[in-house]
This record gives sequence, structure tokens and C-alpha cells, in this order.
Amino acid sequence: MKAKGSVLLAESLMREGVEVIFGYPGGVVLPFYDYLYDSPLKHILVRHKQGAAHMADGYARASGRVGVCLVTSGPGATNTITGIVTANMDSVPMVIITGQVPRAMIGNDAFQEADIVGMTRVCTKYNFLVKDPSEIPQTIKEAFYIASTGRPGPVLVDIPKDVFLTEAQAHFPERAHIRSYRPSYEGHQGQIKEAAKAFLKARKPVLYTGGGIIISGANEELKKLAEHTHIPVTNTLLGLGGFPSDHPQFLGMLGMHGTWYANYAVAESDLLIAVGARFDDRATGKIDEFARHAKIIHIDIDPSCIQKNIKVDIPVVGDAKYILTRLNEEVRKLASSEHFASLYHAWNQQIGEWRESHPLSYEMDDELIKPQWVIEELSRHAAGDSIITTDVGQHQMWTAQFFKFRNPRTLLTSGGLGTMGYGFPAALGAQVAFPDRSVVAIVGDGSFQMNIQELSTAVQYHLPVKVVIINNLNLGMVRQWQEFFYNKRYSAIDLTVCPDYVKLAEAYGVKGLRASRPSEMMDVLQETLNHDGPVVADFVVSYDENVFPMVGPGRANKEMILGNEKREEIPSIPAGAAMNS
Amino acid sequence: MKTTVSLLVENKFGVLCRVAGLLSGRGFNIDSLNVTPSTLDPSVSRMTIVVEANENAMEQVTKQLNKLIDVIKVTTIENGEFVDREMALIKIRANPQKRAEVLREAEIFRAKVVDATPDTCILEATGDEGKINAFIEFFKHYGLVDVARTGRIALSRGGGKTAKKASKTPEDELKKAV
Ligand SMILES: Cc1ncc(C[n+]2csc(CCOP(=O)(O)OP(=O)(O)O)c2C)c(N)n1
Repeated sequence: MKAKGSVLLAESLMREGVEVIFGYPGGVVLPFYDYLYDSPLKHILVRHKQGAAHMADGYARASGRVGVCLVTSGPGATNTITGIVTANMDSVPMVIITGQVPRAMIGNDAFQEADIVGMTRVCTKYNFLVKDPSEIPQTIKEAFYIASTGRPGPVLVDIPKDVFLTEAQAHFPERAHIRSYRPSYEGHQGQIKEAAKAFLKARKPVLYTGGGIIISGANEELKKLAEHTHIPVTNTLLGLGGFPSDHPQFLGMLGMHGTWYANYAVAESDLLIAVGARFDDRATGKIDEFARHAKIIHIDIDPSCIQKNIKVDIPVVGDAKYILTRLNEEVRKLASSEHFASLYHAWNQQIGEWRESHPLSYEMDDELIKPQWVIEELSRHAAGDSIITTDVGQHQMWTAQFFKFRNPRTLLTSGGLGTMGYGFPAALGAQVAFPDRSVVAIVGDGSFQMNIQELSTAVQYHLPVKVVIINNLNLGMVRQWQEFFYNKRYSAIDLTVCPDYVKLAEAYGVKGLRASRPSEMMDVLQETLNHDGPVVADFVVSYDENVFPMVGPGRANKEMILGNEKREEIPSIPAGAAMNS
Repeated sequence: MKTTVSLLVENKFGVLCRVAGLLSGRGFNIDSLNVTPSTLDPSVSRMTIVVEANENAMEQVTKQLNKLIDVIKVTTIENGEFVDREMALIKIRANPQKRAEVLREAEIFRAKVVDATPDTCILEATGDEGKINAFIEFFKHYGLVDVARTGRIALSRGGGKTAKKASKTPEDELKKAV
């Protein structure tokens, strides 16, 4: 095919099955926008490029397909960086296409020039500068291949303006073949057998699973394994939805704001089976104390995650779904479900007692709406296949604790980077992927204001996302840290100067609702869920609620603050502990 | 501990940046780094990097290097398993009267005189790091005008084209660390 770069790009994207691009035009990408004018590729015009990156991310996390965004050079490209790093940390498949100044001007500080390839070298899975239009088909093929295989991640493709405009003869390859990139999926058979044998020796096993289960679609295999062996399951934040949270074997999330019983189970375990989880410090607490009596099996597709934070006894490198399928076979060869039940009977009984003695809880109030209550009721009333997104802060942790996720790809949240402002645009991306499903963004009043401009995008493209603001009129999570660890010196957390969210929503042409008292809560929630279009629902909640349990930074996961102890009993932070909130 | 890492990488722009960025991003100081197209296949380059790092850190870096899309093969070469060489060019002060002496002393190091002017000459020597250090030290008394060293290049002994430590599966690589 002989054509201009723009045509080659569009054709390549369509061959990858791309249906929609989230983007924003500007000088150097105008040739491509001109082509888009009457092309079948759907384009969603965002209001800020960070929004475009998060929408592509939300689209990808919800659907499992590669999300695509398109921006101009310079500020267009740099505006996407937070979104790219967010996706990179959470292994989200994305392709970001950035325009670049014409080839002859690169390096000359031309108008709107930024070395985006240099800037994103460390925060993408890979990136390309396309130097000739004939390279476009091959580059796009490789970009999608790299983004979506192995441990997925964002790939950036930088295309100079004149490359869009120049004609070239190009060949469209059927497959990408990169000799230096061969992710291993199958795992080592001997290691899988070894892992299965460890099950028989254990008496106190725990399955600790993360986002890898969801990415590889291994939730059924995980359930099979757990049910056959009667091993309890705890999830990381990104692992939620990978195991049904109403399942009797489910322990909830572990870590800094994990359940008491999940943290105790891991601390006391003698076998920890980690699948698609990377022993992040928010999950492990003080690493020397984490599962210190346990033999550790670590199943992960990324070998660099293994032995990174913790010493692993049985590493298995490969795809979670493939390996759990094999592990299920091996485990069944070794023992019946009844045998495992009796093997772990005492352990499961112990866990049951912990579950009884320390459930997740909060106190209701007559005057004030409790944020946990809003989320619990939302969980009860939202449609079963709802997609929930969150921002970052207390509301995110309450969502992880109180929303009952039953299916994979139903919680979209920025785990690794902790990006405030992620939730709302990610919800729009998810809604684009699934126009008929209920999509709810649970946001903080601080976080929502970081990408609030996308309300116009919701209106323009009829995306009926429901925004539930957990409005505590402050930066709640920061306030909590200052209360516990900085002697209640509340520095720069007050957000009482804020817009009237109902009026603001209306100004954008979106339905606005508010509940300020418990008596109003249920009606507003129902109205929000039932409305046929986007809604901003402002739930004004108690100002100083805290997230419990909490493990102090640098503390062992067993040392949880439960909320009922006196101030003096709250352990101080060990010197040198990471203090990032 | 000084570790030598030998990499086979795609011979493309940006690859050196990715490798150097990965090391510097983790706070490693690169002692020396050498890149050349491999003569067997011009689309491949060989990098030989000497870094100061403890074993655990090196383990992690090796895995991260392997993860880079453009890296085809990573081998860490341990003492005794490899042959390493470095080349140095040194420019010393030497008037024509001293030439004969310089030539004689160069013999000790099997060095060659590769250039001469009325008051300087350039010597070339090849050897392992120790020998090159000794060579430079020795000629100091003439007065060193300039020194250029290539940094270490290395190949493992015996076996096939690449070093025997190349792992068969990622697990083999990981097991060693357990
Ligand atoms: C972009 C960004 N800036 C700063 C932070 C640090 N941070 C973490 S939580 C938080 C407060 C969030 O407040 P809000 O969105 O109102 O949620 P809440 O904790 O009150 O539920 C801040 C500032 C962050 N995670 N992301």
C-alpha cells in the first residue's frame, strides 16, 4: 500500500481492532485529525489530556483491550505523563500516540517541541520515535503487541508532523516478531509440581492474589483452586474482583487498610501462595515481619518482581491462568478436597474466630452521613455488573473494604501510583467500553476537582456515569495521617472553600443531587442510580472519619490501629520509615 | 563488588540510553561501558559494563536489564570465568634522545609506539585492568600528557557463543538466588 503517514496510521489502528481514540488536537497532529474527519475511527474529544490518558486506561482495565489516546506535541504530550505513569505502575495496556515537530526541526527547541520519548523512556513499557512513514505499520503492530502481552503496559509512539504528511510504500505485517522480547507464559513444570507438594506439607496456608489474576483472566482457576483446597484468599487492592467477596473463604484486602483477619492470617501462615501480586509495601507493611513463618510460592509473569522485596522459596514465572490450571491438576492428583479440608480444618476454624472477633465496622450517626454507609448501600443497590472506579484517599480504602466486588474488571483504581483525579475519567473510559453497564465513580472532593472538566465530555458523548462524591470537605487521608502521626497539626487539608457541586453539575448540564443528612441519603442514592444520564451526587459526610484498621508506616501488619484505642496507644513511626501518604 | 555485565542488544538508537538510564535510575555508578556492533551480526551490539554493586542489587538489575525490550541477552560474568581486556593509549613527553629508552621499556609491557613528534610519543598497550594500571604508572616519570582507555571488554571462556551462565528458564536464574 502506498499512502501518506496519516492513512498508514489509521489503517494500522483499524487492523488492530481499535474502535475509539481518546484525544485532543493541536498543530502537529492536524494532518491526522484531518484524516479522522471522515474516518470510521471514533474519536472522543476530552477536555484535558490527563483525562484522555485516564480514559484510555479505564477503557483498557474495564475491557481488557488496549486503550488508545492521541495528543499533540509539547504540552499535549507532557499533559499525558501522569496518566502514562499511572498505567505503567498498574500494568495497563495502552498505546499513546503523540505528535512531534517535523523531523528536520527535532532538537532545535522548535515551537511546542518536547523530547517526549526521552521523558517517557522510564515510565513506559516501551516507546518509539517513528522516523519514516514506511515504518508506521510495523511500529503500530509492535506497539500493540508489546502493550498487551507479557506484563502489559503503556507504549508511546511519537510521530513527527511531516511523517504524517509524507507518502510511502508500506507493508502491513500480520504478526509482530521481536527477538529480544519473548514473555514466558507456561511456567516451569517442575516448579509447579514442587508448589503443589508444598500444599500437603502446609497447615496454615493463605492465597494472596493481585491484579495478575484479573489481567490474565484467572479468576475461575483461582476459585477452583481455593475451593478444592479450602485455602482462604486475601486480595491486594488491584486484586479485588479476582475472587468473589461474598465467598466464605474470602478474607478481604490485606495491608495498610486491610482487614484484621487478613493481616493476621498472613502473619501466622506457614505457606503463602502469591499469584500476580508484587509484595508492594502498602500490602506487606514491614517486610521483615511479613509472613515470616511462611514458605513462599510466587507466581508472576514478570521475573523482576520475584525476589525483589522478599525471599521466595518456589518461584514460578508465567501467566497466572496457565499456571493455576496446571496447579489445579497437580493438586487434584495429590489429594481430595476432603483431605485438604481436614488438613486445614484447625486453621480455617482459627480464621473464623478472628473474623468474628474483629469484623470491619463503623459507627452510624443520627446527624451525619457516614462515608462507609454510603458505600455499603451503594454496594447493595448498584447493579450486579456495575463497574466502580475510585480516586485516591479514604474513600478509595472504604470502597475496597465495604464494596462487595464479585467479578473481575469491576474495580478500576490507581493502586501503584495513587493518582488523585483518576476515578472520573477512568469511569468515562469504562462507560465507552460498556455503554449499557452501570458505571459509578466514587470520588473524593479533593480528587474530583483534579479532573472535573471532563463533565463536558460526559455530556457531549452521552456517557451516563454516576459520580458519587464522598465529600468530607477536606483531604481526608492526609488529615488522618496528620491526626495520627503529626500531632494533629492539620496543615493544608481544608477544602471547605469549594464549589456548590450541585450547581456546578447543572452548569455543565449534568444532574446534580445532594444529601447532607442521613435521612436524605437513601433517596439521593436511589435517584442517582436510577437517573438516565450522568449524575453528580454530593454526599456530605462526617468531616473527621478515619479509615480503620490502619497499619502505621514502617510497622508490621499485625500492629493495627483499630480506632478504639486511646491516642497514646497509637504507635509512633519508627525513624526512617517511609512517610509518603 | 565490581561486576562485569555483558549484554547483547539491538543496534538501534536509544538503546544505550535505556541501559544507562536503568543503571543510573537505581543509583549505580558505571565504572566503564563499552559498546560496539557485534561483528557476527551487525544488527546486534555488544555492551560490556563494569558496575560497582552488591550481589543482591546486581541480581535485581540483571532481571531489569532482561526486561528491557531491546536487550537480547544478559550475562553477568564472574571472576575467572572470562577473559577480559582493555586497551590504553598514553601520550608521554619524550624527546628524540629518549626514544630508544622508551622503546625498550615499552617491550616490558608489549606496548607499541604508534606515533611520535619531536617532543611526545604515543604508546599503545593491551591487557587486563591490572596490567594497564601498571603500564600507565610506569610511564608517569616521563610526564603523562594524556591517557585514553577503552574500558573493559570481556568474553566468557569455553562453551558456545555466549556465556554458560545464560539461563534456560527464568526459574533457573531465580533459583540461584534462593
Ligand atoms: C495527584 C495526587 N496528589 C497528591 C496526592 C496525595 N494524597 C493522597 S490522598 C490525598 C487526599 C485525598 O483527598 P480526597 O480526594 O478529598 O479524598 P479523601 O481522602 O478525603 O477521601 C492526597 C492529597 C495524591 N495521592 N495524588
